[in-house]
Amino acid sequence: MEKLLNELSSQCKPAYSVKCDVEINAEIPENLKRKSNLGLPNVAENDLLRHFTNLSRRNYALSTVFYPLGSCTMKYNPLINERIAKIDAFNDIHPYQPVESMQGVLEIVYELEKDLCEIVGMDSFSLQQAAGAHGEFAGLLVIAKYFKSIKQKRTKIIVPDSAHGTNPASITFAGFEIVPLKSEADGSISLEKLKEVLIPEVAAMMLTVPNTLGVFEKNITEISKLVHDNGSLLYYDGANLNAVMGIVRPGDMGFDVMHINLHKTFSTPHGGGGPGSGPIGVKSFLGSFLPVPRIEKRKNKYVLNYRKSKSIGKMKAFFGNFSVILKAYVYVKALGGKGLKNVSKQAVLNANYMLAKFKDKINVPAGSRCMHEFVLSPKAILENDVRTLDVAKRLLDYGYYAPTVYFPLIVDEAIMIEPTETESKDTLDKFIDVVNKIILEEAIEDPQKLKNAPVNTPVTRLNEVEAARKPILKWQ
Amino acid sequence: MNIPQDLLYTKTHEWVKVEENKVKIGITDFAQHEITDVVHVELPEVGRGIKKEQPAAVVESVKSAFDIYAPVSGKIVEVNDKVLGSPELVNSSPYENGYLFVIEVSDEKELNDLLKADDYKNLI
Repeated sequence: MEKLLNELSSQCKPAYSVKCDVEINAEIPENLKRKSNLGLPNVAENDLLRHFTNLSRRNYALSTVFYPLGSCTMKYNPLINERIAKIDAFNDIHPYQPVESMQGVLEIVYELEKDLCEIVGMDSFSLQQAAGAHGEFAGLLVIAKYFKSIKQKRTKIIVPDSAHGTNPASITFAGFEIVPLKSEADGSISLEKLKEVLIPEVAAMMLTVPNTLGVFEKNITEISKLVHDNGSLLYYDGANLNAVMGIVRPGDMGFDVMHINLHKTFSTPHGGGGPGSGPIGVKSFLGSFLPVPRIEKRKNKYVLNYRKSKSIGKMKAFFGNFSVILKAYVYVKALGGKGLKNVSKQAVLNANYMLAKFKDKINVPAGSRCMHEFVLSPKAILENDVRTLDVAKRLLDYGYYAPTVYFPLIVDEAIMIEPTETESKDTLDKFIDVVNKIILEEAIEDPQKLKNAPVNTPVTRLNEVEAARKPILKWQ
Repeated sequence: MNIPQDLLYTKTHEWVKVEENKVKIGITDFAQHEITDVVHVELPEVGRGIKKEQPAAVVESVKSAFDIYAPVSGKIVEVNDKVLGSPELVNSSPYENGYLFVIEVSDEKELNDLLKADDYKNLI
């Protein structure tokens, strides 16, 4: 393990000096003056350089290896995005500048709103939200405001149990009650079960298409009709949009509100915490509820319109995470309509190729076809108390980042794999071989090897349970 | 798998021990094994009214967080504070020291809907 800077700190003579070449005249009251020294680590410049360089060599990144986590966490971010985002004209701008002096920035936001409308079949978009869950929250606030405006009291939102955990969290945060809906083995919705929970108090139903098991909801037209006949709205969680771009549009399927994760589907790096961007799109009858300011085009000038009396208000400072918006804009413009369609086709092809290689060996609860991702359930094969977690740990020994495990919750010992569109057949083959070797050979012949894994990493198996039960949150 | 004969069970893997007009509730041995090591527990407020099948507590493991549902309607009259500081009790003693809360039953007929030990065994 690389030591912390505090541990590297030397007791010898100061390794650094801080000089101030400006005389400070400000009179600082005695009681505000620091009495002790700063306590900064005492590390010489070259040691500091080595420390950070050594750490950087431990980086695990898409630029060095394959990530089976897919667009959910990190898909390939074209370097052109970064080059454009580095341009001074974007970096030196300040959001408090007069609107006339940042027409270019506003044009990009405005244009991307229009492009997203076309891609997903919605009428208006707001790019303010900082992430997917923030988008869900904003979308649900729009739904709440809409029903208030037509004087209907609707307090419940239906969400299938295969949904992402953010859905129920956003529902609660937005002041609604959750109506859970048990999904079928492949994550799809049973129309009969849906009818049972579609009561007059239901404001909306949230749905992820394709669902978290990588299955397209074949009854979507009927679901849409049932929901709308009940006077409720349909919300599209865009987490899996990478599977359907240019092929089907949520707006055409009957969805009224949706969010997109620009940082997933439209590239831009976000693994490790962001920043993200979660635009929401709505059909025209909901447009007036979108967050302010709206960017509008008047006589070839872009203006900010705050005067929207029905708006849910402001969701985020300024225009949202502009650097993410900019990179998504570059991604859309560089690929164009045809390119985006190819992204989805290739992502689905890659996932099906992998699934075909696994399906006869490892249980696949959702069947032998998938969209952009699929879920394995090795429970029946694993013996000797070996679990999916051990398989994931063993993958680290082979130099792979582990895929998502134990999600979705409706699949026992789930391993979720999403290869994305940019990986070659050779990369996929190598990964498939390693997963098969671990589950079908090592787990049976030498289970202890999996229990001890990882052994080739800078640190070996960490005690996750102790870390969660008794966390040490500061350096001591 | 330990499934005591004298308890009642739910499809969502809670066990129920009937003590006069009160029921003690926890998660089954099967459930604690499936969700693996419990790292955090959230308990309901004492005095709170609750309806059958409403989420009453949350048990979080290294895998995920799981809602624990009220098997019957009534009022929460006691919670097991010990599992807050020692969540591992849910794993080591699911039927005794790792119980979660006690409900004062408002409709004893609801107890008839719960599963007997053998039925629960067949379920899992």
